[in-house]
Amino acid sequence: MLNYLGRRLAYAIFLLFLLSIVVYLIFGLLPIDPARISCGVHCSPATVLGNRHRLGLDVPLYEQWWRFICGIFAGRTYGDGAAQFTCPAPSLGYSFPHNSCVTTVIANAFPFTLSLAIGAFILWMTFGISFGIIAARFRGTWIDKTATAFVLIGSSLPTFIVGLLVYIAAFLMHWIDPISQGLWVSPFSDPFGFFKNFIFPWITLALSFAAIYTRLTRGNVIETSSEDFIRTARAKGVSNRKILVKHNLRTALAPLITNAGLDFGGLLGGAIITETIFQLPGLGLISLKAVLHDYDLPLIMGTTLVAATFIIIFNLIVDLAYAYLDPRVRIQ
Amino acid sequence: MSAFLEVKNLSVSFPTEDGLVHATNDVSFAVELGQTLAIVGESGSGKSVSNLALMGLHNPKSTKISGQAIFNLDGGPIDVLAAPEETVRKMRGKTMSMIFQDPMSSLHPLYSIGNQISEAWLLHNEGGKKEAKARAIEMLDLVGIPSASKRVDDFPHQFSGGMRQRAMIAMALVNNPKLLIADEPTTALDVTVQAQIMELIKNMQKEFNMAVILITHDLGIVAEVADDINVMYAGRLVEAGQVYDVFYNSDHPYTRGLLASIPRVDSFHGGRLSTIPGQPPSLINLPSGCSFNPRCAFANQVAGNRCQTEMPELTAKAPKHLARCHLSAAEIASASKNGVGA
Repeated sequence: MLNYLGRRLAYAIFLLFLLSIVVYLIFGLLPIDPARISCGVHCSPATVLGNRHRLGLDVPLYEQWWRFICGIFAGRTYGDGAAQFTCPAPSLGYSFPHNSCVTTVIANAFPFTLSLAIGAFILWMTFGISFGIIAARFRGTWIDKTATAFVLIGSSLPTFIVGLLVYIAAFLMHWIDPISQGLWVSPFSDPFGFFKNFIFPWITLALSFAAIYTRLTRGNVIETSSEDFIRTARAKGVSNRKILVKHNLRTALAPLITNAGLDFGGLLGGAIITETIFQLPGLGLISLKAVLHDYDLPLIMGTTLVAATFIIIFNLIVDLAYAYLDPRVRIQ
Repeated sequence: MSAFLEVKNLSVSFPTEDGLVHATNDVSFAVELGQTLAIVGESGSGKSVSNLALMGLHNPKSTKISGQAIFNLDGGPIDVLAAPEETVRKMRGKTMSMIFQDPMSSLHPLYSIGNQISEAWLLHNEGGKKEAKARAIEMLDLVGIPSASKRVDDFPHQFSGGMRQRAMIAMALVNNPKLLIADEPTTALDVTVQAQIMELIKNMQKEFNMAVILITHDLGIVAEVADDINVMYAGRLVEAGQVYDVFYNSDHPYTRGLLASIPRVDSFHGGRLSTIPGQPPSLINLPSGCSFNPRCAFANQVAGNRCQTEMPELTAKAPKHLARCHLSAAEIASASKNGVGA
């Protein structure tokens, strides 16, 4: 078991290493000069050169990358003399557009993304799985057909349409205040304010997932109900309710762990569309700005690595959970 | 005194878009405690369907069932086809149990063997989990699982095929049922294991004084273990009687065909195996007259196309020996001697 974890961890670190190289390569190939962008339209060549040095872009790409890697372990110092400043380890670099270390920017954005992901996850798991079970139980009836309609609509509407509709509805109901939006409200000091801030983004994000999970659950429950071991349970005299709960659902829902883990892990890297529509400054929104407006390589690198780390971690969690739930799967 | 289980005029059909599928048609039989009834026939002849009806395992929404299946219990007779679902559910696993063809897919893959046996016991007994587990170990020991107290926590995938079927039997018998329905219990097993499993069923039958219904198409097994035999074709009983009578004095051409198609060590002449020509009929569109007539070698022996126009009744050809054929026992025997159906 420890051996397995060790190998998975080594593999994860290798993967992140590789990813950082790829991101640097992509950025190096882009015909964009962040040093020029950083000082506006009227800019003397000397200022551009100075900025390039301050940004650490005056050395070859591989050296930029190497400084980045070293920074993660040892922290990183920028600039010379009086203008010198340091990002302590683990440093993912310094974001000049944000005027702060990337780790700080990410730490400020992460609560938004985490709250969004957890709330949406709870919503879509609750509704998706319940709808799926109910639809399977009443297969072929109007209840099932309603669920199927929900699946079709939910999974075919793009998030930006759903988001806009939800936003308009919320705005008309005076539930959303465009001014205070985007400010962090702690769920511990002001639960209602937190809820008010997040309920519409949650709904937006959860809808398509709920539709997909309804379809998955319904299919799995129906498929499992025709298994031989369900017939065996009935032949033993197990009641229908217990057959569903004990014999069917455990088998039907186990594969959903894979989807749920990976979907949730993916969302921790930021939900770009939802965060943009509701102007929640989470990882998705700051990544989008870093890519489209600021060409902020350190921040892009930081958010990419954070997102990748979550996906890798949740992959591992899924594998461990699956091995725990299914005795046929053995980790070695 | 009536028999332990009396099945009267059992018919099971499934409405489909193409029409009504008559899976089992007007089947009657009886089984005594301690006796074994074998039901043989091709796939789709209605063997399993009629027995699933005895267990009350058909989905009432998609199945039409008529007739009676009366269990004569100590507390009085119960017709499982008429009794409320809850009554039948409480009988399942206690009064009657069933084991299936493929023990791998019939056992739940995610629960331990012990858990599954305990569940069956807990459903029908007052008692705690510890007691149930002790009972599970006792049963596993009884069906011949070595070091049962250790293996009880194993999962089905850790058992071999034969051991899985033993575990299924342990689970089916944990509540000392009066009737065990074994639906092709050896089909998915190695030949060497088949005999062991049949031996086990036989021993358990003695131990618990159960009635056993054995569904199979392995006539060799029937000869070894059964007392009575029902031969089914296209949803109907075509021949019923004691095993010896049916094997040595078959009164139905179909049974004769079945017996002739068994490869025999003592009369193998190097030729091809004997077969019954044709295909089993569609259960939606049965042939007119006798269902077997298109495949029957004896059909031309009956005067006036009666085989093509008139369904023969199940009639006594000898004491305790019924067959559904227009020909008498003597006519079949003499035609057979003249080379018909050989």
